[in-house]
Parts: sequence; structure tokens; C-alpha cells
Amino acid sequence: MQTAQTAPKITATVSTTLPPLFQVHQLCKRYGDATVVDDLSFEIGPGECLGVIGPNGAGKTTTIRMCLGLTAPDSGSVHALGLEMPRDALAIKAQLGVVSQMDTLDPDFTCAENLLVYGRYFGMRDAQIRERIPALLEFASLSAKANARPGELSGGMKRRLSLARALVNDPKLLMLDEPTTGLDPQARHLMWERLQLLLGQGKSILLTTHFMDEAERLCNRLLVLDHGRKIAEGTPRNLIAEHLEPDVVEVFGVGALAVAESPLRALAARVEVSGETVFFYTANAAALLQALQAHPQLRTLHRPANLEDLFLKLTGRQIREEA
Amino acid sequence: MNTVAAQSTSTGTSGTNASVWRAPQLSLRFWPVFLRNLLVWRKLAIPSLVGNIAEPLMWLVAFGYGMGALVGQITVAGPSGPVQVPYILFLASGSICMSAMQAASFEALYSAFSRMHVQKTWDGIMNAPVGLDDIVLAEMLWAAFKSLFTVTAILGVMLALGISHSPKLLLAWPILLGVGITFSCIALIFNALAKGYDFFTYYFTLFLTPMMFLSGVFFPLEQLPVAVRVVADWLPLSNAVQLVRPLFMDQWPANVARHALVLLAYTGVAFWVALALTRKRFRV
Repeated sequence: MQTAQTAPKITATVSTTLPPLFQVHQLCKRYGDATVVDDLSFEIGPGECLGVIGPNGAGKTTTIRMCLGLTAPDSGSVHALGLEMPRDALAIKAQLGVVSQMDTLDPDFTCAENLLVYGRYFGMRDAQIRERIPALLEFASLSAKANARPGELSGGMKRRLSLARALVNDPKLLMLDEPTTGLDPQARHLMWERLQLLLGQGKSILLTTHFMDEAERLCNRLLVLDHGRKIAEGTPRNLIAEHLEPDVVEVFGVGALAVAESPLRALAARVEVSGETVFFYTANAAALLQALQAHPQLRTLHRPANLEDLFLKLTGRQIREEA
Repeated sequence: MNTVAAQSTSTGTSGTNASVWRAPQLSLRFWPVFLRNLLVWRKLAIPSLVGNIAEPLMWLVAFGYGMGALVGQITVAGPSGPVQVPYILFLASGSICMSAMQAASFEALYSAFSRMHVQKTWDGIMNAPVGLDDIVLAEMLWAAFKSLFTVTAILGVMLALGISHSPKLLLAWPILLGVGITFSCIALIFNALAKGYDFFTYYFTLFLTPMMFLSGVFFPLEQLPVAVRVVADWLPLSNAVQLVRPLFMDQWPANVARHALVLLAYTGVAFWVALALTRKRFRV
């Protein structure tokens, strides 16, 4: 805890040499017969951004709730900042910032009052909070909205106010549950920029998301969850290299599905069909593209493999019943 | 680091899968939650005050003066034999307890449910270093405070109308705060069980309304059949009325210890049950 405070500017590359800020060990949670989180372990280092991705119902939110001491695990442990959950839940939460999936802003308060009232929950004095409010509003690009109520704010503004509120106690670690879900691209980019800024200041972030570009852009390391289990972990680049062929050729249009069954199939390492689109995964796209010229009615898209491909490969393309 | 963080060592949710019936973990952290409700209320105090006291006063004036003209004096048991009192005084002393009950119940049901379930305010607070037990305590005291505020306003009007000038009314005031606390604890049980606002209609019509008629608010309990009186004597509202009514008549209540103990028992048990059911609801 002290080391994190006094450490110089922390970058992702040195983070592994510092003791972890947050440690989850063999966490399990069952509700009745359903195992929601199954033997999950991970760590977050100082200054690191860990992304947790997985389909709906994979156990992301339950994991965050157990990390916050709001749900008691059936087994396993959560350690943070030299303290243990849930015994020291309040002492740990005093040093965390949380943005939950649903906004919990107070609709009757202005933006400034929301920050003031929330700061009091951390035992901060009014004068101390009031001193911080202008900078927090500035950070959230809400200076002009200090006296507006959440009802008058756009979705992106509300999320940024939630983020500013989570920063009122100057936390070391932020836990963000789908911070950009439901936002338009502009609002999402602004949120990303702010989160980058926080990482630059040495804060650590645990982030759940459904957006692979978000995960790729922000996270040093990713955890892929499915059915409560960790099915992969690593940096975005390494995960892609480890699980996927480097190139993807998407083929769609009339007769695309027939191509999937044709001898062209041999030119790809792996072929997947989703709806009307055929995905060829290959290390040698040139030969495949050459062969596809014999089918001018088909449209093709050649691109590098990305996190979305990884996600779909690991968790499957089918729509889940619970989703 | 801020002061609360420095103080806190082991006041979080206790061990893995601890019983929801474990001892309450209460601390001064409830105070910012209480202040939060106070700040919201300050913005709406005047309109809410009108709503809170208009109805009980209409009942009092319409019933008290209208029925009072028919009934005239009413006989109640005093410390030295039966005493005659004007009906309006009888009604006022009972209905102030009823108002304390209703104001506390309304706040601890509809308003607390809005904060807990609809606005998710409690979830937001629990992401900060404040435990669920302290939130429930804050809501309980808040509902009692609001009920005391309503009661104070009604008492003021009663004094202005000259219904009672007993100096012992000063003592009725803290007792009515206690009545508010008792009923906010009971209401929080139903808050913890509610799936939606409709549920509270049952509580009001099946629990509070019959209790109003069985607690000597509108007519003396002596009117009731013996079997019903046995039940009535153990209702929290009837015990409250028996503590407060004599003070309006400038007399000391009888059996103070019994009435106080009944109210305290309701309060203690109800708070514990409310806490357990709320913990169950939040799975903490």
C-alpha cells in the first residue's frame, strides 16, 4: 500500500515487479445449483488496467460484487491493499472508486451536490470535498453543469458524473462495471480518454466490458470469463497471437455459404459460418484472396484478426438463452 | 487518507455466508446517509409539510367538531376515577399518535423503497465505506425524524386551536418520537419484503387501518368486546395512545412501564427482523 503511494510514475511494463494491489484467489460462488463463479483467480498490479470480458451471465458482475464485499463467496479469498475481504470491507472500500452498471446518482441533487453527498460517505469533511468538486467536474467535462440535476444530463454526462463521484476519495483502484454501455461513440471516446488519463496518473483499473475495441485500447491485460470460469488470460496482442491465425477473410453475398463447403476451405486454417457470412482464418490470405477472384459475385473483407474474433472463438457464436 | 478510512478496521460484512440474524453492526457511518435524506427533504419541505399535516388536521377538525357536537363529553379512566373530557381532546390525543404512526410508516415504506429499489441509492452508498446495517439504521431514524416533524406541526396547530394547554405536552413530544421509531422499524420489515409499491397497500389496509380502530383513537377501548380488548391491549398504537392521552389532559399516564416495554419490545424485535430481511434481500 505504501509502495503504491510512493512509487514514481508507474507504467504497465514495471507493474509486474510491484506487489499486486488486488488479489483474488480461487473464488467460487453458487446460487442453488448454478455455479456463477468457478475457481477464479487473478491479480491487479499498481497502475495496471485489467479488463474482464465475457458474455452476459459469465459472472462478471458477481465477481465485482464479491471484490467489493457485497456478496459473500462460497469459497476463496479477496485481498486488497494489505487487507482482506469481507472482514475489512469498509477499510478497503475507503480506497476504491466504483462505477456500477446502473447509474445510482441522486436524481434530487445537482451534480455538485451529488459529489458532496457522496464524499461524506467516505468520512470526508464538507470543506475538503468542496475543494475537490471544481476539479472533479472539470475532469468530467461537467463544469457548466454543476447546478444541473442528473435528469437534465445526457447518458454520457451521467456516466462521467458517476466516474467523477467514484474519484471523490482519490482512490488507488477503480472498479468499473461496463462504464460505456449505452453511450454513443463520441461519449465513449471521451470516457476512454478520461480513463487513459487516470491510468497515466498511476491509478489501477478493473474494467468489465462488452466492447472489444475498448478492451484492446485500455487494458494491459485481459481475463476472458465464460460460465464463471477463466478461459483465457493475457495481453490483448498475446491472446490474439496465441489463439488465432493472424488474418481473417470475411466472405458474404449470394453463394457465400457454398464457398464454405468448396475446396477453398483447404486454403484456410479454420472456417466459421455465422448467418450469411463465412469467416476464413488463415496465416496466408494471399492464396485465398487469389482463389476468391473466381467468384466475382462474392464480397470479401480482408483484415487482421482482432479481439472480437478471439472472443467469439472462445465463447462461441450462438446467442445464449440467458442473454 | 481520510478519517473514516483510518478508523475502520473490521466493520464490514462479517465472514463467509454469515447468518442474516447476526448481531447488528451499527456505527456513526449512518450519519451521512441521514444527512443525505435531510438534504433532499429540505428542498421539498414546505410542500411535503402541507401534505403531511393537512389530512390529519381535516380529520381532527371535521370529526372532532362535527362528532364532538353529537358526543359532547366522553368518559375516560383517570388516576382518581373516571374523568369527563371534551371529545375533541380525546380525539386529538389519539390522532396525534396515529399521525406519528402514519408519517413514519409512509416514509419507511414508499420513500425508503424508492431509495432502495427504484433509485438504487442504497447500492450507490454501499460502494462507499458504509455498510447495509448503517443504511437501515439511517432510514429508520430518518422516518422517525420526519414523523416527529409532522407531529410537531400538528401539535402546534392543536395548541393554536386551544385544544389542550397542558404543560405535560412537552413530555408527549419525545414519546411521539419513540412512537415514530417503533413504526418505522415495523415498516422496514415490509420494505425489505416488498416487490413493488402495491405491497404497501396491504400493509396499510390490513394492518394499520384495523389497528387505528382497535387502539382507542376514535372511541374508548372499553366499547370493545373483551376478546378484542385482549388483542387491542398488545397493539403498539394502543400502548402509545395510553401513554400520550393523559398528558393531553394534564395527567400522568398509568402503567407507564408496561406501555413503554411493549413499545420497546416491538421496536427491538422489528428492527432486528427488518435488518435480517434486508440483509437477505441484498444477499450480504
